[in-house]
Amino acid sequence: MRCTRAIAASWRCNNTALTMRDVFILGSGQTAVGEHWDLSLRQLARTAVSAALNAALPARPQALFVANMLAGQLSGQRQLGALLADYCGLRGIEAIRVEAAGASGGAALRQAYIAVASGVVDTALVLGVEKLTDKVGSSVAAALGSAADADWEAAHGATQPALAALIMQRYMHEQHLSLQQFAGFSVNAHSNGRTNPNAMFRNNLKAESFASAAMVAEPVNMFDTAPEADGAAALVLGAAHMLAPAAARIRVAASALCTDAFALADRADVLQLRAAQQSVQQAQAQASCGAADIDLFELHDGFTILAALALEAAGYAQPGSGWQLAHAGKIGLQGEIPISTFGGLKARGNPGGATGVYQAVEVEQQLRGAAGANQVQRARRGMLQGLGGNGATAVTHIFECLN
Amino acid sequence: MEVSRNWRLQSQRYRMEGLRCEQCGTVIFPARAHCPQCAGESFASLALRGLGEVYSFTQVHDAPAGFEHDAPFFLALVRLDEGPLVTAQLTDVERETVHIGMPVEMVTRKLREDGERGMLVYGYKFRPLLRQRRPDEAVALPARVRVPATEAVAA
Repeated sequence: MRCTRAIAASWRCNNTALTMRDVFILGSGQTAVGEHWDLSLRQLARTAVSAALNAALPARPQALFVANMLAGQLSGQRQLGALLADYCGLRGIEAIRVEAAGASGGAALRQAYIAVASGVVDTALVLGVEKLTDKVGSSVAAALGSAADADWEAAHGATQPALAALIMQRYMHEQHLSLQQFAGFSVNAHSNGRTNPNAMFRNNLKAESFASAAMVAEPVNMFDTAPEADGAAALVLGAAHMLAPAAARIRVAASALCTDAFALADRADVLQLRAAQQSVQQAQAQASCGAADIDLFELHDGFTILAALALEAAGYAQPGSGWQLAHAGKIGLQGEIPISTFGGLKARGNPGGATGVYQAVEVEQQLRGAAGANQVQRARRGMLQGLGGNGATAVTHIFECLN
Repeated sequence: MEVSRNWRLQSQRYRMEGLRCEQCGTVIFPARAHCPQCAGESFASLALRGLGEVYSFTQVHDAPAGFEHDAPFFLALVRLDEGPLVTAQLTDVERETVHIGMPVEMVTRKLREDGERGMLVYGYKFRPLLRQRRPDEAVALPARVRVPATEAVAA
């Protein structure tokens, strides 16, 4: 059986129009996000892969794309492609690691999408895995900080929270805001994380407690930033003819990755996520849809300021007004544009390079109607976006349900 | 921090040596291969005055490895008079006095130390500008980086 439905987007390469195939999600799996003292990187990976492969049966992946940020630094382990293909029972298949800091998950998803859409393979496995808790304290902060410019940011003591804080302080200054006005993002995330069995934090966060938490890098505090954690999530992609007849038809309708000036200081505007904006525009053009056609948006809420700026970049708020969406009526499960529907980075937890694959698994669950208490009603189209290094890399995908 | 890596950057770390694009005049710091404005590749060297003002700042409590002894410390984006925005620490300041718009000047300080037997890395930080600027130091910002009105009102 051959795929007959041509995709809307066609790419030009060497002046030859390439016809891309439709790509569908065949199955997914995830581990709980948290401090897994009893599980290694490869054990976490295998748990997620097994679940995804079982869901995708009888399809078997022909290629593996591993999203991971820090195994080389924190676990002394590289060549994750071969390692995890071997450990997960896939010895022999093509397998590589993809790294783009916090955008690694989305970047790996995009590589798998391209591999299937181009016809090079019929099925591809995307695995996001991160093991952060074997090290603690300043060495983890420094490792995460390696997403920043080593010579011109990290050499001066900049960490990811510190760079986010520089953005947030300036934003608050220009818009005359207090930290408390960002509370709604974290409150929403915790409210959704409460009913996600895989979330790291399953407790409500009181808005009045938000601003009193210990400072990480002023104004970013513990309730503003997402917790670093271990976790693994996996997704099997395939061409249309690999779908089981009765399976939900969840299509990858768009995939776009853009970059911005690498160092924060070099951005044309520190308060705008240009790469995020461009990747959303490209994605919506590919999916032939606009902001109003998106039913949920899994954004990169590693810090509340990034949630505000991502909403602005995606066209849900004017520049400088994204913070006004920080309440349930706007971003809650039944709000205008639901975000962080399983807790987001803030409450589900942020397992670095795996985070983007968690987002993908969560959007797939929403579109299958399998989100339980976290279900967004009538969800037909979901967008997900990962950011690397506070927006130097932005990768946006749109999934849609064709059933 | 490796010796050669730091040595390569000495003119920029110690003297804030930047570039002026010979095609469009944009001042660039730190040095790079292409002008971000016009993509030009021909530059003249330019010693920056090291004067500017705080564009944004944070007090870092969770310090990365190599900076633990400095915590909490101030990190800032400094808008230099010549135009570029620079990421650097603030020194000789108190939380009560640091603010957006604060005039600052470059000083050379120890950036980090790599343990008892490791390197001491020196480079630029910024401290409050205590003296009045001389008339010849009061350069006008190029129009492209002129500070918006909102910034002048607050602070």
